[in-house]
Amino acid sequence: MIEVRKIWHYLTRYVDSFLLAGILILMSIGLIVLYSATGGNVTRVGNQAINILVALVIMWLVANIPLQQILRLAFPMYMLGLILLISVALFGEINNGARRWLNIGVTRIQPSELMKIAIPLMMAWYFDKYEIALRLRDYFGATILLLLPVLLILRQPDLGTALLIAASGFYVLFLAGLSWRIIVGLVTAAAASLPILWSVMHDYQRQRIMTLFDPTQDPLGAGYHTIQSSIAIGSGGVVGKGWQNGTQTQLDFLPEQSTDFIFAVFSEEFGLIGNTVLLLLYLLVIGRCIAITANASTQFTRLISGSITLTFCTYIFVNIGMVSGILPIVGVPLPLISYGGTSMVTMLLGFGILMSVQTHPKLIKT
Amino acid sequence: MKQHVELRNHPIELYKFRMRLAISAGFVLVLFLLLYVRFYYLQIIQQEHYHTLAEANRISIAPLVPYRGLISDRNGRVLAQNYSAYTLEVVPSKIQDLETTLNELATIIEITPADRQRFNKLLKENKRFKSLPIRNRLTDVEIATFATNRYRFPGIEIKAQVYRQYPEKEMVSHVIGYISRINDQDLEQLENSGELHNYRGSHHIGKIGIEQSYEKQLHGVTGFEEVETDAAGRSIRVLSRTPPTPGNNLILTLDIGLQEVAEIAFSDRRGALVALDPNNGEVLAFVSKPGYDNNLFIGGIDQENWNLLNNSIDRPLNNRALRGVYPPGSTFKPFMALAALELGKRTPEYSMSDPGYFSLPGVSRRYRDWKPGGHGRVDLHKSLVVSCDTYYYSLANDLGIDNIHNFISQFGLGSKTGIDIGGEASGLLPSSAWKMRQHKQKWYAGDTISVSIGQGYNLTTPLQLAFATMIIANNGKAYLPHLVKQIQNSQTGEVQDIPAKLLYSLNLKPKNLEVVKNALVDVTRPGGTAAKAGANADYTFAGKTGTSQVIAIKQGERYNEKLINERHRDHAMFIAYAPAEDPKIALAILVENTGTGGSTAAPIARQVFDYFLLGKLPEIDLAHLIEPIKNHAHDHL
Repeated sequence: MIEVRKIWHYLTRYVDSFLLAGILILMSIGLIVLYSATGGNVTRVGNQAINILVALVIMWLVANIPLQQILRLAFPMYMLGLILLISVALFGEINNGARRWLNIGVTRIQPSELMKIAIPLMMAWYFDKYEIALRLRDYFGATILLLLPVLLILRQPDLGTALLIAASGFYVLFLAGLSWRIIVGLVTAAAASLPILWSVMHDYQRQRIMTLFDPTQDPLGAGYHTIQSSIAIGSGGVVGKGWQNGTQTQLDFLPEQSTDFIFAVFSEEFGLIGNTVLLLLYLLVIGRCIAITANASTQFTRLISGSITLTFCTYIFVNIGMVSGILPIVGVPLPLISYGGTSMVTMLLGFGILMSVQTHPKLIKT
Repeated sequence: MKQHVELRNHPIELYKFRMRLAISAGFVLVLFLLLYVRFYYLQIIQQEHYHTLAEANRISIAPLVPYRGLISDRNGRVLAQNYSAYTLEVVPSKIQDLETTLNELATIIEITPADRQRFNKLLKENKRFKSLPIRNRLTDVEIATFATNRYRFPGIEIKAQVYRQYPEKEMVSHVIGYISRINDQDLEQLENSGELHNYRGSHHIGKIGIEQSYEKQLHGVTGFEEVETDAAGRSIRVLSRTPPTPGNNLILTLDIGLQEVAEIAFSDRRGALVALDPNNGEVLAFVSKPGYDNNLFIGGIDQENWNLLNNSIDRPLNNRALRGVYPPGSTFKPFMALAALELGKRTPEYSMSDPGYFSLPGVSRRYRDWKPGGHGRVDLHKSLVVSCDTYYYSLANDLGIDNIHNFISQFGLGSKTGIDIGGEASGLLPSSAWKMRQHKQKWYAGDTISVSIGQGYNLTTPLQLAFATMIIANNGKAYLPHLVKQIQNSQTGEVQDIPAKLLYSLNLKPKNLEVVKNALVDVTRPGGTAAKAGANADYTFAGKTGTSQVIAIKQGERYNEKLINERHRDHAMFIAYAPAEDPKIALAILVENTGTGGSTAAPIARQVFDYFLLGKLPEIDLAHLIEPIKNHAHDHL
């Protein structure tokens, strides 16, 4: 008995059980929806279960690493990511007109995925170092750290990922205390530069935005996704059509129903009640993350947890927003629910860091 | 120092940070509220509207699978074709109790346990709304039986399906390969190459052989049909149709008559034969014995047949002509002889006395000739005719391994020829650099001795040997060996020739070539090692016998065929071309575990040449087997 207790203690020492419970419930919902979305394909559900297990192990490992160690990883990870991004620009594989993958012999990797974690880490580390005197030029330096990879990803071109990564870096800047005047200035500048952005955009990107305003303009092309997912959500009504009974899903009208558009499957089959439950669950997880962030003891841990938390919120909002037709279509999965190993691992890696922040002894008492 | 500053500022920092965090949290709440408003709009205010749209969502797009291109030999004999047959298909979502219904169905139509097993596998992999086959290839009687009982089985239908068939089965399976069901790996590959959309509706893809390497030509372009369906997904009528474009037909360089003669000449022995046209590199015959019935793989091979093929000691799935690597034995000698002349290490007039063995200066070890006591005085001509080993031992010592490697690699031994089917083995033509790389050891003079007679580290495929023989036959022209002669547009009938591709030309002195080629002709004449096979031929016939060692014979021991396990006996090799003055065919033959090239491999070459050059059939009465060739010709083109 004592042995078992010992092992249990060893396993759960650095795990935040509240956060873990929320994550597990959301992932279980994901598996249930996936079963329906794939028409009862046990192999794919099994694959996703394996993805989840792998991601959980990685989360556990990260949670067990004290933050000093993670702090040390920031710079090498960022440099590695930057080198890989430059390699992609030089020798990457071209796929559908975009250069995003790098073939490293054994497998292909998408370096922008690594950057999703590396950027907030690097910027938090940067601010942690210069904590004594945060001057305008420190923010400027941080902005350059952020812009280098963002511009490289923008060039691939991968507008969606570039914006999401830019956001995760911006959260660090914001939480580190970037002055309101500059924020307002930036927002104004961004608004002013929209026409310029429009002119350098690729045709397919412009089309996605145009389609947002009027999906019926192009019902079989770019608008098809939005129309079909809106029909799925809308026809679900208050109580939904029931598990495995969504006609949009089962008759294959919905595109990418196990990955980016899985929310439409959920919404069609479980209705507004299901949506309410799902959003509340997400809010619980977010709430816990915010609590962890607020109690973090050092500048570094605060900034990294804050950025991870806000990025998580951004993913949820952008995915559900695009599926329900209020945002343009960008390739963003629904965290913890969508099919796919990479995004699952990236998400849980982030949660692992949050758990480490929460469970390791605080170094400086306040 | 830093700690001190941090502690001092900390409360203010923390307060500012928490303020910002609170602002962010508020912002997140606003965004979530925005989503909720959108849900309220879609699912409550507009619910009626979207419900109607979902009900009316009735136009689905169904892919139309193109016919796969046919494959035939150079004379129009069909080697891969399609035929229509009827299948019984089940839509699981339309059936209440699947198990009972299928049991009931089994009472009127035979459903084997294998059928059930395959169906259950498909059931797991597919959506419940998909139509899945439970029985393939229904007979007329079965169709009639089901038709009369149809009312009892809603959700089960008879559908027409197109199947692939390989009429020649074992005989050309190693060339044609096969198609089989598309698996996850294929899907990923299709996705990466951007061709996935063209495989919507396709169930099969080329896995090996011509079916794989010419997949793009054979598959065709998938068409589409816009179908109006009811809310349950049943199709009501077709709204528009883009017809599929059938795949292109392939006309191979193979001469199936020749292939058949070679097959018969092998009888039940294991081995390989590759015959090339020395004027363009066309592959005339490509035999790997034993073959396998490639029809078994189309629908997914069952476990029993798979075990039978995969565990057989004869290894029928191994493409010996393409992937089998063997020491070339004495068939290596003509290339050594050419190296000696071209590099000036020997003259045709030079002769040596052969005591039956060779020793390196200062070393006691004896490298023995195959003939005890030796061949007496031997010059280059005689060394090839009687296949004297000692001559080459001493020659090798004078040339050195790197000269041998550099010269003979020009004939393509030890590297892939680039033939138009995948999976080719590269074999090995050793060099001192290779040994250092591979074994971290320097090259010893003794290593060169065994290489000189095609043993030692030497490894070649039958295809490579045929390629090298072709280069001698045509005086130095390396044509790319290829199996596809023409590609025919199956709709317009337009034929596009695949031109011969000259990879490179060797600049060999005609005088030197003549010396070697004359000797090769004498190999098949009285006194030569293949004299028996060459007897009374109506054309001049050049060749070289070889024996490829399977196990090493220890110093001081003697090879005794009768005492050795059959599978450890030597392989017989033979390379040849004819007619010697203007070669029309060049080939390499390997017969596994049957001893010397002269006695078993050379007679096969003779039969193949007799058929190809004179139209003579093998001596046993096989006229009835060969007859259909003529009837078949031009049937399908």
